Amino acid sequence: MAQLIQGETGEWEIVIGMEVHAQVIAKSKLFSGASTQFGAEPNSQVSLVDAAMPGMLPVLNKFVVEQAVKTGLGLNSKINKVSVFERKNYFYPDLPQGYQISQYEYPIVGEGVIEIDLPDGTVKEIGITRLHLEQDAGKSLHDQHPTKSFVDLNRSGCALMEIVSEPDIRGPEEAAAYLSKLRMILRYLGTCDGNMEEGSMRADVNISVRKPGGPLGTRAEIKNVNSVKAVQQAIDYEVQRQIEIIEDGGEVDQETRLWDPNKSETRSMRSKEEAHDYRYFPDPDLLPLHVSNDQIESIRTTLPELPDQKKHRFMDDYGLSLYDASVLIAEQQRAQYYEDVANDNDAKLAANWVINELLGILNKNEKKLSESPITAENLSGLIKLISDGTISGKIAKDVFADMYDTGKAAADIVEEKGLKQVTDTGAIEAIVDEVIAENPDNVEAYKGGKDKLFGFFVGQVMKKSQGKANPAVVNELLKKKLG
Amino acid sequence: MTELTHLTIEDALKGLKNKDFSAKELAEAHIEAMEGARDLNAFIVETPEIALKQAEESDKRYASGDEGLLDGIPFANKDLFCTEGTQTTAASKILEGFVPQYTSTVGQNLADAGAVMLGKANLDQFAMGSSNTTSAFGNVINPWKTSDGKDLVPGGSSGGSAAAVAARISMGATATDTGGSIRQPASFCGISGIKPTYGRCSRWGVVAFSSSLDHPGPLARTVKDNALMLQAMAGYDPKDSTSANKPVPDYAAAMTGDMKGMKIGIPKEYRLDGMPEEIGKLWDQGAQWLKEAGAEIVDISLPHTKYALPAYYIIAPAEASSNLARYDGVKYGHRSKDAETLADMYAKTRAEGFGDEVQRRIMIGAYVLSAGYYDAYYIKAQKIRRLILNDFEKAYETVDAILTPTAPSAAFPIGENEDDPIKMYLNDVFTVTANLAGVPGMSVPAGLDANGLPLGLQILGKAWDEETVFKVGGVIEEAAQFNAMPQKVMSKAA
Repeated sequence: MAQLIQGETGEWEIVIGMEVHAQVIAKSKLFSGASTQFGAEPNSQVSLVDAAMPGMLPVLNKFVVEQAVKTGLGLNSKINKVSVFERKNYFYPDLPQGYQISQYEYPIVGEGVIEIDLPDGTVKEIGITRLHLEQDAGKSLHDQHPTKSFVDLNRSGCALMEIVSEPDIRGPEEAAAYLSKLRMILRYLGTCDGNMEEGSMRADVNISVRKPGGPLGTRAEIKNVNSVKAVQQAIDYEVQRQIEIIEDGGEVDQETRLWDPNKSETRSMRSKEEAHDYRYFPDPDLLPLHVSNDQIESIRTTLPELPDQKKHRFMDDYGLSLYDASVLIAEQQRAQYYEDVANDNDAKLAANWVINELLGILNKNEKKLSESPITAENLSGLIKLISDGTISGKIAKDVFADMYDTGKAAADIVEEKGLKQVTDTGAIEAIVDEVIAENPDNVEAYKGGKDKLFGFFVGQVMKKSQGKANPAVVNELLKKKLG
Repeated sequence: MTELTHLTIEDALKGLKNKDFSAKELAEAHIEAMEGARDLNAFIVETPEIALKQAEESDKRYASGDEGLLDGIPFANKDLFCTEGTQTTAASKILEGFVPQYTSTVGQNLADAGAVMLGKANLDQFAMGSSNTTSAFGNVINPWKTSDGKDLVPGGSSGGSAAAVAARISMGATATDTGGSIRQPASFCGISGIKPTYGRCSRWGVVAFSSSLDHPGPLARTVKDNALMLQAMAGYDPKDSTSANKPVPDYAAAMTGDMKGMKIGIPKEYRLDGMPEEIGKLWDQGAQWLKEAGAEIVDISLPHTKYALPAYYIIAPAEASSNLARYDGVKYGHRSKDAETLADMYAKTRAEGFGDEVQRRIMIGAYVLSAGYYDAYYIKAQKIRRLILNDFEKAYETVDAILTPTAPSAAFPIGENEDDPIKMYLNDVFTVTANLAGVPGMSVPAGLDANGLPLGLQILGKAWDEETVFKVGGVIEEAAQFNAMPQKVMSKAA
């Protein structure tokens, strides 16, 4: 759903490419043995290598390489058997070496593609240009002292994957969908936790506008966009800014801009002229990285079922809609929960209960699925009671609420509270007779042609049976008796 | 008994084993020599207390019979090798006062072999130089003098190491060779030194100049002593990704003197116009010695030799400009006191901390790596590097080793060549090729020039074949019977 923006001079098309930095899940850093644990005391996780002490040398973390290959496979991308670490040279206090070890000309992962699911129920492919490994920088702390800045090197040297997309994204919704899907894939793979608020996933957004189908416009790179919501806001702001400039007869500068979440605006960080010359060259402390076919294939066997595969399977095997399948596969644990509930139940009914009831109540109480008082086994039990007619759908909602409060099994609650559906025709007939006897006026009116009153009688019977009467039996008896 | 400081390592080990003298006595004799030769300025920091403590421990090991390969041998540690608890400066103000929390792998290997550290040897700043005149801690003086008593450079960058060994202050020394920094000072000071194959000695804990060209190695007075030193220093180090996981052969055992069936290459490109005649003569003499010992002498060509020096002076500064970026005043070492802004702090810290030659090379390096110049300089130089390696590989299809002069001149007076960096860089003309190709090279003293100054011959070998280099070096040494001593030492003896 390519979103076109109406300007004063006509429609504009948005062109977006994204660079996502994802911190690799690994116990130690890319080139040192220091821990990567989040939230430790400043400078407590810094090796001599991370602090760039004289004579220190990087040694590549093999596990991180495996994680990168795994991610590349998960992004349906080409794995490059030879890749090269280079030095990106620039000065900054949180960059102890005076250069970042990164991959430049020869990244470990090449071109690939992922599917994104759009709100209108369509699916779009977004191309992946490359994925490369690089070191994270440390963190400058400017709020610790009135005149001095401090540096925390805990993050210095942690492994990042930079994942670059093709400029295939056409608007804020697509950008949000891309980021969400990418995060989902990384979480499925276990290669990045995707926690944007902790900074373990960060996005730079390249934005330009053009007349539909026209040549590409000049892009601005927006940095510091650290949530899915911020990505959308930043794009909305930046697109308007660029359109206004062009429609006023100006030209968009190729520059790096910073997203300010407080003011909800982007502002210039540095122009093209001020851009650094990073003087990239192959790091002579590291040999070219070789990954063999055997290694790639052995990593491939460790891949989990990925979100899109799961989505398609849910649609094919369980007959779910694209929307339901997309909601259920959003988290691995959610998908698993669903499958546990659906397995020997009506799969569509199970999807309704998981999505509408369970996720609804968890969301309302701000709880995660892992904190749910209702186990998959218990929800499965509840659905069985509905399916075999033990309880009605209406009663089931009450039982569900009880299950959420107590954590008890559905059958136990139904038993304790005597909520079993009454299907005994004799018992129901007695109530029907009672209702008919109590409402002679309405009986007359109904017989006189007011068909709509049928619902009134059903309601009265259900009320008297405390909802336990089997609705089908009630209908049948009422029809018979009211003639 | 011979004066202890004049012994070779080989003989000193015998004496220690025989209990002719103790490691402590040996250390004391060398400490005395070190204190008596301070005018050479060979050390930035003397560590007599460490030497004595290590010597006492060494004596205990001799007493219990579990001594190491170099137990009790006093050595000078080039101040590029980080030493836990002892200041390490790379002869630069920018690291003045820096005390590492770690010891280099090579230094640790020597300590594990029982060697005794006398101090941190002076050098050219960040190992950039061929004369040891770029040190922030003053020039090193060659113990050899001209006949009129003029002070000469000891060569560089391992000038302090070479001067200490030549002046009989230490029996051996650690050194590094990025473009000739072991071999050229060895030649200038009348001692031996070997730059092993790239990857043989770990670079971990050695202050980096140019990572792909830096080679740690030893200096000592004899070829055999170098074999013993290298034996202890070498070995695989998982902390250095460019270290080779290969067993270290018994180098001393390789010195059989047997030249039969061996082919020695004489590369025509090393016969430079304007080179002193006596150097050419000595080279011929060296070839003659090897022939007499049974080797076949083969004329060979290393056609890309003339491009080596320019390529070297692109690659080495390029890597240095990046390696030295970490000296920024933020974490350790010098920080300018009168900086207002961050950019100001970087600029002033580095302007105050780095010497002229270091700044020159950082600027050259940054230039050749910058956008628009990278392909023309850096990439081109890397291609030349490959061609130079190809030259060697082709030559080694027919020859076992190559013989050349070590340097185009003998030691020159301090101050000479200072006005012209290019002239200074020419000192490395015979040595840089081995750094670019990573192959081993050794300098052995082979004679004196007309002024009575030592001249060395260089033996180049195949990658990983230091054994042949030691074997050929041993034959040259035996034939040359080089027993001249620096005036400094003779005047003391007299």
